[in-house]
Amino acid sequence: MKKIILCLTLFISTSIIAQSDKFNAAMSSSIKEYEAAKTAEENIAIAQKFIRIAEAEKTEWLPYYYAATIKAKMSIMGIGGDKDEVADEAQSLIDKAEALSKNNCEILVIKSMIATAKMIVDPQNRYMEFGTLINKYLAEAKKADANNPRPYILESSNLVNTPEQYGGGCNAAKPIAQKAMELFNSFKPASEIHPNWGKEMVEQILKNCK
Amino acid sequence: MIKSIVITLVNLLFINSIIAQSKIYGTVKGNKNKNLIAASITIVGTYDGTITDSLGKYKITTYEKGQFTVEVKCLGYKTTTQPLYLDNKNVEINFILKEEINELSAVTVTAGSFEAGDKKRTATVLTALDVYTTGGANGDITSAIKTLPGTQQVGEQEGLFVRGGAGYETKQMIDGLVVNNPFFSGAPDIATRGRFSPSLFKGNVFSTGGYSALYGQALSSVLLLESIDMPERSEASASITSVFAGASFQHLAKNKKSSIGINYGYTNLQPYFSVVKQKQTFSIFPTYQNVEANFRIKTKRNGMIKFYSSFSDGKMGLRTIDIDSVTLKNQFELRNNNWYNIITYKENLGKGWKLNTGISFSTNTDKINNKVIDNNNQPTITGKIYIDSKNFILRTKQELTVLRAVAEKRIKGISVVRFGTEYWFANNEYSFNGFKTNFKDRFTSLFAEADIYLTNNLAFKAGSRFENSSLINKNNISPRLSLAYKLGNKGQMSVAYGTFFQKPELDQIMQYNNTVINTGFNKATHYLINYIKNTSLQTFRVEAFYKKYNNLIKTFPDTTVNGNGYAKGFEIFWRDKKTIKFIDYWISYSYLDTKRDFLNYPSTLQPSFATPHTLSIVTKTFILKWKTGFNLTYNFATGRPYYNIVYNNNLSKYEILDEGKTIDYHNLGFSLNYLPNLGKKNAKTFIVLVASVTNVLNSNQIYSYRYSYNNLNKVAVTPTAKQFYFIGCFLSWGVDKTQDAINNNL
Repeated sequence: MKKIILCLTLFISTSIIAQSDKFNAAMSSSIKEYEAAKTAEENIAIAQKFIRIAEAEKTEWLPYYYAATIKAKMSIMGIGGDKDEVADEAQSLIDKAEALSKNNCEILVIKSMIATAKMIVDPQNRYMEFGTLINKYLAEAKKADANNPRPYILESSNLVNTPEQYGGGCNAAKPIAQKAMELFNSFKPASEIHPNWGKEMVEQILKNCK
Repeated sequence: MIKSIVITLVNLLFINSIIAQSKIYGTVKGNKNKNLIAASITIVGTYDGTITDSLGKYKITTYEKGQFTVEVKCLGYKTTTQPLYLDNKNVEINFILKEEINELSAVTVTAGSFEAGDKKRTATVLTALDVYTTGGANGDITSAIKTLPGTQQVGEQEGLFVRGGAGYETKQMIDGLVVNNPFFSGAPDIATRGRFSPSLFKGNVFSTGGYSALYGQALSSVLLLESIDMPERSEASASITSVFAGASFQHLAKNKKSSIGINYGYTNLQPYFSVVKQKQTFSIFPTYQNVEANFRIKTKRNGMIKFYSSFSDGKMGLRTIDIDSVTLKNQFELRNNNWYNIITYKENLGKGWKLNTGISFSTNTDKINNKVIDNNNQPTITGKIYIDSKNFILRTKQELTVLRAVAEKRIKGISVVRFGTEYWFANNEYSFNGFKTNFKDRFTSLFAEADIYLTNNLAFKAGSRFENSSLINKNNISPRLSLAYKLGNKGQMSVAYGTFFQKPELDQIMQYNNTVINTGFNKATHYLINYIKNTSLQTFRVEAFYKKYNNLIKTFPDTTVNGNGYAKGFEIFWRDKKTIKFIDYWISYSYLDTKRDFLNYPSTLQPSFATPHTLSIVTKTFILKWKTGFNLTYNFATGRPYYNIVYNNNLSKYEILDEGKTIDYHNLGFSLNYLPNLGKKNAKTFIVLVASVTNVLNSNQIYSYRYSYNNLNKVAVTPTAKQFYFIGCFLSWGVDKTQDAINNNL
């Protein structure tokens, strides 16, 4: 009889844990799907999946974060619709993430990425507004978490894409990329489903900037 | 026993979760049975959902059981929900979504207008930066606007000559309030620059016809200038150039809720005219001083109070060979004072109400001292009245006070109604050789309009305007209507109709007893149709128009409103920032057929300010490697007619003694801007070096001809010099003004 009770207790407690397990499981599988997504349709579908998880959970910033990241990258790559509209969607998603988690380094990095997406649509006319935001969010991100490699990853990537005359190029990007790499090697994401992307980006920069 | 219970339990759970699977499937469609792709379907509160495929189909598999809600979302459509009971069965649910009318996807009523700098990206055509980087425009708003279709390349008078209209038929408004003297005062046959720097404005709407009932007193066109809100940050700046020097300071409060700024500019053309010879000689080299001040305050409800004041003082004196004699010269001396003030207040009143109000006051004084002088520059009297009458002193003072209030209420969806009123008080004083006259006009208007969006694809703007002028003692009512229909694929068609009234120019009707001749409002009726296709980097626009003029002033045989005319034509505009990498270019072509009978014209004529074909090609590129922008503008216009209209004493009427067409007009303008500190992270000073030249090809430019009193001497009206060169250095501190390629002083 005791065993039955034990069993039942076990069963009940698993079902309590189950809810967060369900979240983690859904997130991990979605993150895998996202990493594999290539076409516009796959990206839209997986972003939508993150949005569903976010709306069901209501208190988790991570699903909004991933959905915004996907949309920001889609806008930059120019897939899945008008660059401006996709970037605006990313912005509204990251705003929702930020409402749940303030002063979050990872979120600020994506805000910077979205500003880049908005700027490159029409750099001549938008540099004033978005160029300032790109750097402002990166600075805030570094301040929010000095040990997070991603603000540095984005910064070095921005520098690589800036001509040398403007303080960009490999010489400027390399030390930042090296710092990003150092931080990356000691960085431990809070959990399996927390952001941990960008290593390949730095490796690529370091490889190209030998 | 226990074991079996556990196994059973586990099995039950396991099997349960396998069996308890429901399938929901179906289609999502919009109006006209259109399949909606990538619409999202969610079982609310769960992770389950999907998006529709390319056929608008979806399929969801879920293990959930019980009462749920399904939600369908698609951009541009209203979100729809439906209750759903899940109990392991397959359910087909087909959705039809209703279109949502929103600003992003709705059609915009654009007939006749070019919006620039507006945040709404469907409308971006010219921004402040575009004005600065238009080769040959030298940072003058009007010169840059002249590269847009509908305008004429008139160089001997200031103003925008739009679609067969005279320069005074275009009015400039700042934040909705009409500006009395938007151009610097100048000498006859020389077009002057606009008084206002492009950097004062965040955007402009240039309407070449069929414009909104919110504006009036412009037969042809309005240029709506919208002043900037808060500056981006505090900064100090200075400039030194071949013709002027200036300094300004702008302070933005830490909380970004208020700002204050001052600006001083000094212009002196003596050094430049000493190096580059002009066709005139100068008794007084043109000099101007200009002081500007501004403040801006954000209100609690996100409204804004803006104040701007500008005072300028200028003088010039120039000598030209007198047209009526071989030995004498004509000396024109001018002293000008202008003071312009505007304060505006806009506020969100809540519940969809918005209020825009403003007061402006301007006063402009011109003192002209004209003399006929001999070889030793001494005044002379010849005894010939047609020469001696050129010895005069004319003093004019123009004051205008404008009060304006417009309320806006959002009605259903994004449809809005606006209504408002204006009161202008104009005081014009003339003193001609000591003989004084004075004209006062109290002008009132009431207006209302509605923007109604029937669907995302169909919208119309309907409005009407009532006006009364005390000076001419007349009323008018002018209805306006425009309609826009979206054709899909970012293209849209618009049509517009409207009647437009304008007070006659004072010099056409004034009498020397402080009254005016009984006339009435000039009238123009516009009909236009356009097609516009817009993406964020490309704009294509074609527009055809017909404009009927009535009640134009005839000054002979009596001063009446019996003048009339027409203008018709079409225009093409293409701007492209996409096709050629790093090159932004636009092409404007205008075809115009216009004739009118007004003033002393003996018959219906093509006016001297209109030509059939006008073409502009503007290109700009910025070469990152050199940190330098290169801007090239080519303006072309066919020749314009000129007439020598003379009174024939024997026949007691005016006749054309001589007429002809000027040569074609070509002007290739070039400018470059070099930004040496661009991208230097720690540079404290931001520097822009500018060099520009007009008429690079040194083409002969003839605007018109003037005739002597005896009709024997015919003199071409040409620019004061074939080319204008400019070099300048603009500095700013406290900001990396990286993209504001040329400082705001130009």
